[in-house]
Parts: sequence; C-alpha cells; structure tokens
Amino acid sequence: MSKTVLTIDDSRTMREMLNHALVQAGYTVIQAVDGIEGLEVLKANGADVVITDINMPRLDGFGVIEGVRANPDHRATPILVLTTESDAAKKERARAAGATGWIVKPFNPVKLVEAVRRVAA
Amino acid sequence: MDPFESIKQTFFQECDELLTDAEQGLLAMEAGDADGETINAVFRAVHSVKGGAGAFGLEDLIRFAHVFETVMDDLRSGKMELTDEVAKTLLRAIDVLADHVAAARDGGAVDEGRSAPILSEMKALIGGEGLDDDDLGGDEDFGFVPMTVAIEGDDAPAFDPPALDESPAAFEPMADLAAEPASGARVWRIGFAPKSEMYAKANESGLVLRELARLGEMDVKLDADALPPLDQLSAETAYLHWTVLLTTEADEATIREVFEFVEDDCVLTIEPADGQASPPPPSSDLSDDALAAASADAPLDIAALLARVAGEAPTSEAAREPASAPEPPADLDVAALIAKAQAPIAPAAPKVEAAPVAKAAPPAGSSQAITPTATIRVDLDRVDRLINAVGELVIQQAMLSQQVMESGLARSSNVALGLEDLELLTREIQDSVMAIRAQPVKSVFQRMPRLAREVADMTGKRVKLVMEGEGTEVDKTVIERLTDPITHMLRNAIDHGLEDPEGRIAAGKPAEGVVRLRALHRGGRIVIELQDDGRGINRPRVRGIAVERGLISEDAVLSDEEIDNLIFQPGFSTAETISDISGRGVGMDVVRRSIQGLGGRITISSEPGKGSKFTMSLPLTLAVLDGMVVTAAEQTLVAPLSAIIESLTPRAEDVHFVGGKDAVIRIRETFVPLIDVGVALGFRETALPPGQGVAVLVESEGGGKAALLVEAIQGQRQVVIKSLEANYQQIDGIAAATILGDGRVALILDVDALVTTQHRRKPAPRAEKRMAG
Repeated sequence: MSKTVLTIDDSRTMREMLNHALVQAGYTVIQAVDGIEGLEVLKANGADVVITDINMPRLDGFGVIEGVRANPDHRATPILVLTTESDAAKKERARAAGATGWIVKPFNPVKLVEAVRRVAA
Repeated sequence: MDPFESIKQTFFQECDELLTDAEQGLLAMEAGDADGETINAVFRAVHSVKGGAGAFGLEDLIRFAHVFETVMDDLRSGKMELTDEVAKTLLRAIDVLADHVAAARDGGAVDEGRSAPILSEMKALIGGEGLDDDDLGGDEDFGFVPMTVAIEGDDAPAFDPPALDESPAAFEPMADLAAEPASGARVWRIGFAPKSEMYAKANESGLVLRELARLGEMDVKLDADALPPLDQLSAETAYLHWTVLLTTEADEATIREVFEFVEDDCVLTIEPADGQASPPPPSSDLSDDALAAASADAPLDIAALLARVAGEAPTSEAAREPASAPEPPADLDVAALIAKAQAPIAPAAPKVEAAPVAKAAPPAGSSQAITPTATIRVDLDRVDRLINAVGELVIQQAMLSQQVMESGLARSSNVALGLEDLELLTREIQDSVMAIRAQPVKSVFQRMPRLAREVADMTGKRVKLVMEGEGTEVDKTVIERLTDPITHMLRNAIDHGLEDPEGRIAAGKPAEGVVRLRALHRGGRIVIELQDDGRGINRPRVRGIAVERGLISEDAVLSDEEIDNLIFQPGFSTAETISDISGRGVGMDVVRRSIQGLGGRITISSEPGKGSKFTMSLPLTLAVLDGMVVTAAEQTLVAPLSAIIESLTPRAEDVHFVGGKDAVIRIRETFVPLIDVGVALGFRETALPPGQGVAVLVESEGGGKAALLVEAIQGQRQVVIKSLEANYQQIDGIAAATILGDGRVALILDVDALVTTQHRRKPAPRAEKRMAG
C-alpha cells in the first residue's frame, strides 16, 4: 500500500513539482491549494505525511501545523514545511508549532523524497 | 513533453496569473483601497514567482523578484509606509518583473536600462542602497541564495526518479541497501536520547534509526533504564535512549544529516569509535528485525509488550561490546515499538493505544490531485480538432436531413424523427464545444493597464484606465485577435484623444484623464467599448480632409456620426494628418479591417470637448454563423443574420434612380441605396427590374443602411464558416463560405463591404437621420 502525501501549496508550479517527484517515488499524492483546504482534505482523506508551504492565502502553514496538531486524529501525522534558506525564523516558528521537518526550496527531488521517507512511518 | 519542460511551462503560465494578480493588487494599493490582505497577496505572488524561478535557476528573475519581495515584506510588516510614490514604483517594477519572466521564457534579455533603475529604486526603499546584488546577505531578509542545484537544465535531469529501491512502498530491510563495509569505512558511536518534544513533532526514533541503517551496518543498543513500571508510564514522556555503533563510509556531516529534523529535540553525540572496537558482525539480523518491525503496519499488542519490558527491562549493555552476546531479537522489537508508541497518540491516556496513527483510508486507488473545482488544461489544438469535427458533423447532418427529405420519406417516419433528434443533439454538442473555447476577455484586458502606463509615460499624459466586464466570455480565437485592435485604440485614445494635463486643466477637467474599457454581451455578440474623456473629434477638419481626399463630395450631407466614422475610411488617414485631427485617423482603417475580419463592426461616437467612444461589436464565435440563405443570380448566398434589419418586397414605384444609374429604394420615409447583389458580385451585368425580387435591408455600422436585392429568400439557418482566405483568396464583398445541406458551397456575404463599396461610389443622396447605435 503506497503511502499518501498531502501537499498544501498555493503555487501550482510547486504542487506539480512535488507531485511529480513524489509520484515517481511511489507515493500517492493529494493536493490542496491553501491551508483551509489542506485541513479539510486531511480530515476527509487522511494522509501519512503532510507537506505544507508557509505563505498561503486564507490559512498559512503555521495555521496548518496548529490545526493538524490540535486534531487528535492527526497529532502524530508528520508535517514537513517548505521553507527557503532565508526563512530561518519561519522554520523555527514552524518547529515550535509542531512541524516534524522541513524542505528547503528550491528543493532537489531526491532530497525531497529523502525528507519524506525520513518522517514517513 | 518531458516533465521538466512541462512543469516549466506550468510555471510560466502561473507567472502570468501571478503577475496579473499582483498588478491588480498594486493598482488597488495605488488607488488607496488596499487592505493588509491585498498587500499579502501581492507579496505571495512575487514570492511564488521567486520560488519557481529558484527551482529553475533563473538567476536574473530571482534577483529582481527577491528585491521586490523584500519591499512587499517591509510593506506588509509595516516597516515601510505605503505612499503614492512607493505604489508607483512598484507598478513600474511589476512591469519589469513581467519583462524578466518573458525574458526567462523566451530566452531573451531584459533591457537593463529599464530594469536597473527600478531595482535601485526598490533597493533604496528597503534601505539597501549601495548593496551589490551579491551583497544582500547579512540581513536575514536578504539571505536568499539562488540555488541551481535542484534543476540545472535539460541535460541534468533533476527529476530523475529516485531509485526504485527507495520506494517507500517497497521498504526493504536495510541489509540490502547497506553498503558493504569497504576500506574507507569507519565505526562511529552515536548516542541518541530523544526528548519528549521530538515525539510531539511526530518524529519517531524508529524512523531515525531506519535512516541511520541506510548508511552502513549498525549495531543498536537500547537503554531502557528510565522506563517506569507500566502504571507510571506517560505517553508524552521520552524514556528510551539508544547507542548505535555504525560502520559506514559516510562522514560525520552525513550522519548528522540523518538527525537534521530531531537534532534540537534530542541529546546527540557522534564520535569515532574506530580504535576501541572491531566492526560489528557483518550480518546484523537484530537491527534489521527491529527496524522492519518499527515500520511494520501489523497491529501490535503494545500493552503486552510493555508489560514484558517493565518486567524484564534489559540492562544497559556496554555499547562498546557489540560482538558480545547480542540482545534477544524480541527485546529490540519492543524497543522500537515503544519508541513508536511514545509518539503522543491519546492525550493523557492511562493506557497506551496501539492504533497506528494517520492510517486513515487513502482515497480509492488514485494518485491524482484532489482539488475542489475540477478543471483540466487542454491543448487548444485538441479543442479545435473537436470543433472542426463538430462543424463537419453539423454539415453532414444537414446533408443527411436534406437527402432524407428529398427521398420522399414521410416526416413522421422513424428515420425522419430520428434525424430530428440527431439535429437537436448535434446542436447541443456544438453549443457545448463552443463553450469550451469561450474565455473571459480578461486575458486581453489585463495587458492594457501596463500599456496605458507606458503610453502615458511616453506622451506626458496622465491617465486612469478603468476596466469593466473582464469576465465577459468570447471565443478564444476572437480574444486572440482582439488584442491588436484594442491596443491600437487605447494607444490612440491616450496619445491623441486625451489632452495633456495642462490642457485638461485649462479646459476645466481634472489633470488625469479617464479611459474606460468595457466588455459586455449584447444580442448574441460581444461589445467592447473604449471611451475617453478627451477632446473629441474635430468634425470640421475631418470633413475637410475627407473632401480633400475625395472620400466625400463637397456638398455631401452627413450626420455628425457619419462624419466621425469617416476616419475609418481607407485612404482617410495619412501620416501628415496625425497631428491635425486629434490623431484619431491613425491606422483606424486598419483597426476597422481587422474587426471586420472577425465578422465585427466598429463605430465611433464623439462629443467635441468631452471625448470619444469606440464601440466594437463582434460575434461570440467565428466558427458558426446564423445566416439568411438567399438566391441571387442563381447563386445560393448567405447573409449574416446579425446585419439584417428586415426584408421586404420592393414595389416598383419605391425604386428610384439617382443620376439614371444608382438605384435607391424608399423605405417608409427614408431612401437607402438598393444594391443588386448579383450585379455587385459580378454574377450578372444587369440588375433585376424594379419590383422584382426581395430586398433585404441591412445595416453596416460604419456606413449606414442599404437594401440588398436578391431573387428569393430560402430560409434561415446556422452555417459553419469556412474561411475563403485559407482555401482560396479574399474577395471583396464575400466574407467566407459554407457548405450547405446539399453539399454545395455557398458564399457568405460581407455586408459591410457591400454597403461601404456602394457608399464610396456615391454617397447616399439623402443621409437618413438615425439614432445613435
């Protein structure tokens, strides 16, 4: 049974990149375009790993992390945040909120898959 | 298309959308009606452009977007105040950003003369004066390092699928993956003591160890001394420590990377252990089992296992004695499982539940995206092929119907009834297919604000472009061919229609001119209006020039509207008239021709001192036409229904001849030219005698009305347009052709051209007064 990764990003380009790399690696990918939709999709479908962008309309990545951790069903779902080199402060904030790990953009697909594998039970 | 190129295309498409959104946000900011979310949205748009550019290693784009993003970040954080000046700078910056995107897409370069000054202006705004691009580090905000490692180009397929054996679905015990101990291998002693924070973030010790095992061979010792009796066990607390002896060729940094996500939430020691112990036994079944168990999905009786652990907690064996009696496999299993169990599952639960978390049923066998509004992107070619096929289907269906009718089958026969259903279905399919091609005019409109700014900059005018009805939909082909005429007219409106700020103030108007661009549906057509509040058309001069150029006779009586529309006449405008007549004549015949080429009409109305309004009316689609099928000189012709006002049988006494030759017909109280279509198209020499045939009264927006004289009207039907230019050549008076039900080709009349030709030959003897529009 392949594992399911939920990707939450408002950028279609980023979603396609994530999708491509993860599907190639054998994951099932579901997508959401912002934090609100991400939480809804997670609730409806579940996921083994959540990958979320930080800057998003409606609900940002921090909100996603808080939302996931606040839900007893998903408290232990690993969350990877997409950050950039310059976002050290945001990375820390995401960690404090409960992010499991992070992926630095621009990401190398191999590194991406590695990061997912590292947190995917 | 390889995935890299495909995603890159997605990126550029997305950039267009992002740039549009950003521009609209910036316009709102300039207008002073932007809230925090608007600024945020612009920030996100620029941020996304930068993010994608980073993935594709588009250095110039990254650099520009980065500075832009930083300005937006300062604005949204309140560090910078949004002044009019800042908004104007950013509006120019978004244009340059669009240039950078275009350059990255098309492989060109951006005009540094445009880009550099804006970049400096923005850097000045964020207090980065004097900083080199490479110098932007230091401040965290500037720390973005463009990385090209991700995707370096076509020859470096960054999207190589990871090796199959890395597939999570087929996780193999790492014995298969572990590198053979080679000469360069070293032994490392790794102490790993997770804190409870680590589990709170959904990290798991078992997974970390699993990763570690990929690096080489390892021997794992569990330290469970801290594990309390079961009744004191807290699910939220970390009790277990591990000591790992790892034989690997990897260096310390690589080992440390495994702990990247957990390093801050555990006590980690990594040190070489070479001198103290020989490498662990080559086959380490224990760790294999433990880790496989850690990732196993089988339901586990954790409570039972915990009880065992609580009862016979293993002693803390010296990790430096790996070769000595290994732990029974069961113990290691337990260790890994406890690690898993320690991930907080049930808050404050007295019993640890074994339910694996996040194992909700995955969506039924699909790896596809789940998005709320389902849309797909399709190549236009495919849609066009479909449309062509449907066009043929319509024709085929019509031919079939005709043959069935001619074969003498009763209307109530099953075949005839079936055909009727088929006709309805065909029509439905046709409508649906046309709807696929319909797109909002936004894609054309969105280019206009930038154009307006540029023209205003160049001409020293001040202009505010107001756009309405951007969501109005029209066929994609029409949209594509709208860009040039609208661009042309907008440029004219600003360049020549609007006065300069001083002139406007002198005329009692605000210094800033307003140009309105509006799209709406009206009567099965799309209407596009471009209105300015400039000086309007100087009619005496237009008239004078038209007389001078022989377009009208000196004594022609023309309505104001007809005078205004003279500017569309070929041969009216020449370079020297540009400055003379408000510039309205510049290339307007070209604009008109391209609109006519789309089956559309364009008119102008103007009020001296108050401005002008261009109105374009276009069919919603170019593929089909509602037409009136007529017979003229034994030819079957089609007149576009949209041009027809009425049809009537002319009485001989209503037909008069002007100068003994040109016929006019009296329709109620007005006279309009009577054009014998057979003669006009050269099918025959002499016109039908007065009183014979049918007159079809048509209106061409530019030239006025005329009556087309034909022998008979066959009926009204929808026809599929086949371009004559594509298949033959352009003919005056003929817009296109179609294939009728009986398989014959019928020509579609170009009503405007017929009427205009007549008007040019000789103006109407008495111009009728008409209502505008």
